[in-house]
Amino acid sequence: MSSQDAQSLSPAAVPIRLTINGTERRLQVEPWTTLLDLLREQEGLTGSKKGCDHGQCGACTVLIDGKRANSCLVLAVVKDGAEITTIEGLGQPGNLHPMQEAFIEHDAFQCGYCTPGQICSAVALVQEGRAHTREEIREYMSGNICRCGAYTNIVDAIEDVLGQSSTLREAAE
Amino acid sequence: MDETVIQDRGISATFSRVPHSEPPHDGAIKGGVARSVKHDSAPRHVAGEAIYTDDIPELPGTLHLHLAMSAHAHAAILSMDLDAVRQAAGVVRVLTLDDIPGKNDYSPFFGDDPIFPEGLVQYVGQCLFAVAAESREAAFQAALLAKIEYAPLPAVLTVDEALAADLDLLPRHEMRLGDAAAAIDAAPHRLANTLHMGGQDHFYLEGQIAYAIPGEGDDMFVYSSTQHPSEVQHNVAKALGIADHSVTVEVRRMGGGFGGKESQPALMANVAALAARLTGRPAKLRLDRDDDMVMTGKRHDFRIDYAVGFDGDGRILGAEFDQAARCGYSADLSGGITDRAMFHADNAYDLQAARVTSRRMKTHTVSNTAFRGFGGPQGLLATERMMDEIAFGLGLDPFDVRRANYYPAEGGKVTPYHMEVTDSVILEMMDELAESSDYRARRRAIRAFNATSPILKKGIGVTPLKFGISFTTTHLNQAGALVHVYKDGSVHLNHGGTEMGQGLFIKVAQVVAEEFQIDLDRVKITATTTAKVPNTSATAASSGTDLNGMAAKNAAGAIKQRLIAFAAAKYSVPEEQVVFLPNRVRVGNEEIAFPDLVQEAYLNQVSLSAAGFYATPGIHYDRETASGRPFFYFAYGAAISEVVIDTLTGENRLVRADILHDVGRSLNPAIDLGQIEGGFIQGLGWLTTEELWWDKSGRLRTHAPSTYKIPTANDRPDDLRIELWDKGYNKVDSIYRSKAVGEPPLMLAISAFSALTDAVAAAGGYRVFPHLDAPATPERILMAVEDVKTRVRALES
Ligand code: FES
Ligand code: FES
Repeated sequence: MSSQDAQSLSPAAVPIRLTINGTERRLQVEPWTTLLDLLREQEGLTGSKKGCDHGQCGACTVLIDGKRANSCLVLAVVKDGAEITTIEGLGQPGNLHPMQEAFIEHDAFQCGYCTPGQICSAVALVQEGRAHTREEIREYMSGNICRCGAYTNIVDAIEDVLGQSSTLREAAE
Repeated sequence: MDETVIQDRGISATFSRVPHSEPPHDGAIKGGVARSVKHDSAPRHVAGEAIYTDDIPELPGTLHLHLAMSAHAHAAILSMDLDAVRQAAGVVRVLTLDDIPGKNDYSPFFGDDPIFPEGLVQYVGQCLFAVAAESREAAFQAALLAKIEYAPLPAVLTVDEALAADLDLLPRHEMRLGDAAAAIDAAPHRLANTLHMGGQDHFYLEGQIAYAIPGEGDDMFVYSSTQHPSEVQHNVAKALGIADHSVTVEVRRMGGGFGGKESQPALMANVAALAARLTGRPAKLRLDRDDDMVMTGKRHDFRIDYAVGFDGDGRILGAEFDQAARCGYSADLSGGITDRAMFHADNAYDLQAARVTSRRMKTHTVSNTAFRGFGGPQGLLATERMMDEIAFGLGLDPFDVRRANYYPAEGGKVTPYHMEVTDSVILEMMDELAESSDYRARRRAIRAFNATSPILKKGIGVTPLKFGISFTTTHLNQAGALVHVYKDGSVHLNHGGTEMGQGLFIKVAQVVAEEFQIDLDRVKITATTTAKVPNTSATAASSGTDLNGMAAKNAAGAIKQRLIAFAAAKYSVPEEQVVFLPNRVRVGNEEIAFPDLVQEAYLNQVSLSAAGFYATPGIHYDRETASGRPFFYFAYGAAISEVVIDTLTGENRLVRADILHDVGRSLNPAIDLGQIEGGFIQGLGWLTTEELWWDKSGRLRTHAPSTYKIPTANDRPDDLRIELWDKGYNKVDSIYRSKAVGEPPLMLAISAFSALTDAVAAAGGYRVFPHLDAPATPERILMAVEDVKTRVRALES
């Protein structure tokens, strides 16, 4: 994370407005700055990781207006006005999101570097409502690489939350 | 199975689980040994709060570094004009050979890894110079302005080319047991063949990174994502021309290592420290992913030629293995890696007579390095191929041929390096797994399926595993730990091991909690730093827990002994009557809470801090005679895999894998199961999808996950059943009789490779044995199928 401040930005910087984890932020960003770099370097939100910087590993996954995206592939300027949720915004120790709880419960990580991306991706997957089986979870999570190979537990955790949310849905109906 | 649907998902997972954190049954501590305690960083991992090196808040003035890379595999550098680089916007300093005050080397030992080249480059991607700038982007853009004049030289790129050119990097080595050639000649059956196997990129999800902060005088503090802080420390000191004591290296955790952060991080740390020294500013070097894949060493690819003589039951009478490895341009750790390949040529089999030779070939490619298994997987793969081929030739079940050759449980047989195998449990494990996985019936069913399925073919493969535990360089088998007990009874734990996700920190903390009989949350796990525990070995060779666990136990034990002596004297009871109970100590008839006893001891001037040390006893290896006892013990594993291939496309799937693994008495079953599954999946990647491909000019063309296929959630077997072997027990006095688990499970994936070979053989009606090299990508499978069919047609005409 870098302490880059507004003064060190080039004259090309443009003003944008983002809601990040529920807080409205008015920011100056250079047009070539990715959302990932903005989050990590300007906003100090280092939970989102840079695994490949090419949209190929999923470590940088965040939610943009509720949809998952590889933030290393998204230029921050084009998301002017968007609502961004990062792993930090999903929940913090003491007040964790059910998906975060499930990842702990199922030991769904080893080194943990892919974990924030996996969790953001999983939260969006549940909201998308298109995964109903383990096979579908695996298919729709295949953009998030875990080099430690914790896949069984990752899928277990997601299945767990999926089960809870469908039970909830049934209860509500 | 529907002929048209290869993506059949089979049965869903039935992954065996161990219940979490013991019910706090009265009196027991929370989180001692043998419990499935959560990873210590769990709550921080899921909240994005776990700090990795790149997440450490940067100090004001921090510079960013970029390394410029050679465009040629082998060339003399005639000139480097860096004026434009120096003048580029944002550039603060350009670092070249002339700027190094100490030694221009970041090698672990041999002095042959220049930080910056001295007139010669030896692989595409070799570091040429570094740019320190206000931003990473500025450093990168500036480096493009360099004008480098090369005079290309002939490049040797592959093992076969190096063998043809007789280009050995390191001396050859040979192990002999009896007269293998004579045994093979006299055997009723003989066969010989060759197997090529590819390397593997680590693709630790967190890439290489170092962050150096200059201190007063010579002092340098370096955060490094490294499995080997002591070596990074020594390397930085060497490059800066200062004493080791001026350099402190720290790492709290890595985002994966897998061996790729053993020797490689020294380059990043050296350059960052050099920039920090020259500019007086903090300096950070984080490799871009593609650069990381091009610049840093990988698993060695091998060519192994084997010859074997055997009887009609498949009992081996003698075997010869000629191993040749692509080491790349420098020695790095290749000596130890190629040794370990030799040490595993026997796998779990009593070869009776053996000759194993090893050639360590020099090539103009990146210097290959440690990768989970450290040569063992390569040695083993050829042997397993050989077992399949013997079974095929005799028309026997490969399970039975292997079974006829295991080291006996009662001992008495020796390896090709003359070590008696006294702890062999492989026969029992394999029999158990065959039973629980219904192997025999499934093999019959597969044969029946194949008889009526023209396009899809199934295969099944078995792999027994014996893996030697210890650094084969004997002196490395040592570790240190530092334990403080504070006045409130809380404990600070530090040791030389590093955490890369394997769960080392929590296991060692469990050991300390157990020793003091205090709840695990009273033990604070702290970052690895050369300032607290010096002269450590790399966290490698699966030895992290064995060594550091023992050292920590010794440190805690020393403090405990002082507390016992103090309590005995103070309360006038014999020492035997001072007993550590959960969170309290019984002294005679009285029970004292642990913190209270600690407080009393402090007031009575008892030292509550201790350094612990451990060295593995009784291991040695003599290179001259190629004999000794290089391993403290062996870890065992058993795997059976079932695959299906599409003979028209080469597409394939692992549909089921059954694994039984020996971790002795597990320190933490949840962590161990994770290691087994993760290792297996990584092995699967190595053998089926991960293909490193260099073009004719020596450029790696698979340098990103777009072209280099790493297993995803979807590549995991549809049905994966993993069990810890419940009879597991370490015969030697290891930490709580556990066994190391980091590397061995990777090799269990060889069962999938065997299964693929079996499926390809089915495409030719089991008439000819397939030629299938690793990795068995769809392309290779398709070519092997075509080859098998051609050979069968030739037989028929
Ligand atoms: S860092 Fe964005 S996908 Fe890898
Ligand atoms: S936990 Fe290490 S990459 Fe997933």
